[in-house]
Amino acid sequence: MSVQAVTGATDVAAAILPKRGGFAGSLSDLLWRRPGLLLFLMLAPPLLWLGVVYIGSLIALLAQSFFSIDEFSGLISRELTLKTYGDLFQAANLDIIVRTVTMAALVTLASAVVAFPIAYYAARYARGKWKALFYLGVMLPLWSSYLVKIYAWKLILAKEGILTWLFAKLHLSWLLDSWLSLPVVGGNSLSVSFTGTFIVFVYVWLPFMILPIQAALERVPGNLVEASSDLGASPGQTFRNVLFPLALPGIVAGSIFTFSLTLGDYIIPQIIGTSRLFIGQAVYAQQGTAGNIPLAAAFTVVPIVIMGFYLWGAKRMGAFDAL
Amino acid sequence: MTPAVAFQKTSRHFGAVRAVDAVDLEIKPGEFFAMLGPSGSGKTTCLRLIAGFEQPTSGSISIFGERAEGVPPYRRNVNTVFQDYALFPHLNVLDNVAYGLMVRGMGKDERHRAAEDALKLVQLPGYGSRKPGQLSGGQRQRVALARALVNKPKVLLLDEPLGALDLKLRESMQEELKQLQKALGITFVFVTHDQGEALSMADRVAVFNDGRIMQVGAPEDIYQRPASRFVADFVGSSNVLPPDFVQRYAGQRRWGSLRPEQIRVGRDKSGDGVAARVLSRHYLGAATKLALDADGLRLHATVPAGASLPDDGEHVMLSFNRDQLHLMEEQA
Repeated sequence: MSVQAVTGATDVAAAILPKRGGFAGSLSDLLWRRPGLLLFLMLAPPLLWLGVVYIGSLIALLAQSFFSIDEFSGLISRELTLKTYGDLFQAANLDIIVRTVTMAALVTLASAVVAFPIAYYAARYARGKWKALFYLGVMLPLWSSYLVKIYAWKLILAKEGILTWLFAKLHLSWLLDSWLSLPVVGGNSLSVSFTGTFIVFVYVWLPFMILPIQAALERVPGNLVEASSDLGASPGQTFRNVLFPLALPGIVAGSIFTFSLTLGDYIIPQIIGTSRLFIGQAVYAQQGTAGNIPLAAAFTVVPIVIMGFYLWGAKRMGAFDAL
Repeated sequence: MTPAVAFQKTSRHFGAVRAVDAVDLEIKPGEFFAMLGPSGSGKTTCLRLIAGFEQPTSGSISIFGERAEGVPPYRRNVNTVFQDYALFPHLNVLDNVAYGLMVRGMGKDERHRAAEDALKLVQLPGYGSRKPGQLSGGQRQRVALARALVNKPKVLLLDEPLGALDLKLRESMQEELKQLQKALGITFVFVTHDQGEALSMADRVAVFNDGRIMQVGAPEDIYQRPASRFVADFVGSSNVLPPDFVQRYAGQRRWGSLRPEQIRVGRDKSGDGVAARVLSRHYLGAATKLALDADGLRLHATVPAGASLPDDGEHVMLSFNRDQLHLMEEQA
């Protein structure tokens, strides 16, 4: 381009361009001058939705838990009392809480162990189409209905299912049988045992663990791993001293998902597992057939309190320092 | 004497790209050795081959006489100062410096004492409790240096360590690095694309291009007697003279080079010499650099401050001592 062409163009144009016409033009100018207004317009609808509809109903729920039910008439007494919370500590209800929390903890731990290598591969090695394939592989299960997946697993884990067949083909039936004969984790078949519930929980929540860990590992510069190795650290030492601490915020974020989702779920243990209840099922039963809304509400408070302690503990451990 | 690092026909190919191509090189113990070249010339890959981050496709590498192919980085007594320092963000400065000693199983008190000493060596005493994020670029650079030196490596590798620092800091760090190397007697291998840095700091310089070494020698050799057009062009702002031109003045049909400061610029057009026209002038402080056009040949000449300066567009007469015209090995 010649010098003349450039200067020629500026000769014609004014230093300040005229206003853009119409409503959109003046709106743009207004929002540019008042960025706070733009922020308000963007945040008001979601804040109304979350604040009023969600938090509001949560508070209504919490209030319900301080009511109690009259055991003879089955009517709800609207006097504030801690009696319903006392009911939570009955042996049968406490069992449900302990069972659910134990399951959630085990599912979280197993998800983290399974997810880490996958996330590590995706963050550090996968490029181009392999990365696309990774995202597809992780997200694809989320596209299909949750119920379909669970019923598919019921077939896989059933006594006549593919897993039993596979163990037989590998001449490992004795292994499966001896596992199923164990107390608590065993049962007639995998599909009616806690082991089955556990396997399906891990499968269903795994993407929620993989993605945050992958995001955390992606932010760890590759040369930190090289630097650690350069300074004499074996791969195991590099994992313990560099990778794990830096991936911890991702692991904690993932575990918040898997832990809280397991605490609240009522469909998986209903379809796959024993007849013993989890918190979600207890809530479902209390607010439905039993008509005991206060107890259902009190049960709902349990995961909220547990998650509160969990986050507090994670913060104290320094899990969010690297954020 | 066993060389500190020896490459024998060493290559590192990435698919069709020959990052390092049949390089022969010997670095002497206790030497300050610079690898100089444009980006993509293979100098950093050479450094990574010594560190163990890359393995040679063919050829061999020895470190103090011991073969290093297939040896992982954590088993090499070689440490690296990374270009962007690669400090661990979750550890404080003291634990960063003590990291190498920690993974070797040294007790906490002992390694913290050694790390504190290393921090004193790089003039950062008392900075141990800070996080890397709270330090300036220059301070991070020193921590990275301390973290490598605390392990007492046989060879210290520095990958463009001064690249991210501003000019003034860079100059003072150059001096400090040089003194540190003298005091410790450790072999330093220094990668840079800054020819001034390489020439001012190194005992010997290897000039890289396209995965090959173009020339190895003392800074004066490289500067005054470049072996090829590439070296003359890349190292400093030497004038590269075509064979026709050289034949006229030196009687041989070879490529030649002439430093800008060796050209005298005469404003008297009647004298003997090469006629040229001044294209532009660049004020450098102690001198002014002239860009000249001598009948189609682009030349640079420096005129010391105080001497009479021709104007832009003025016709001048250039002269030089014929024995200062350097003939390159490279054939015409």
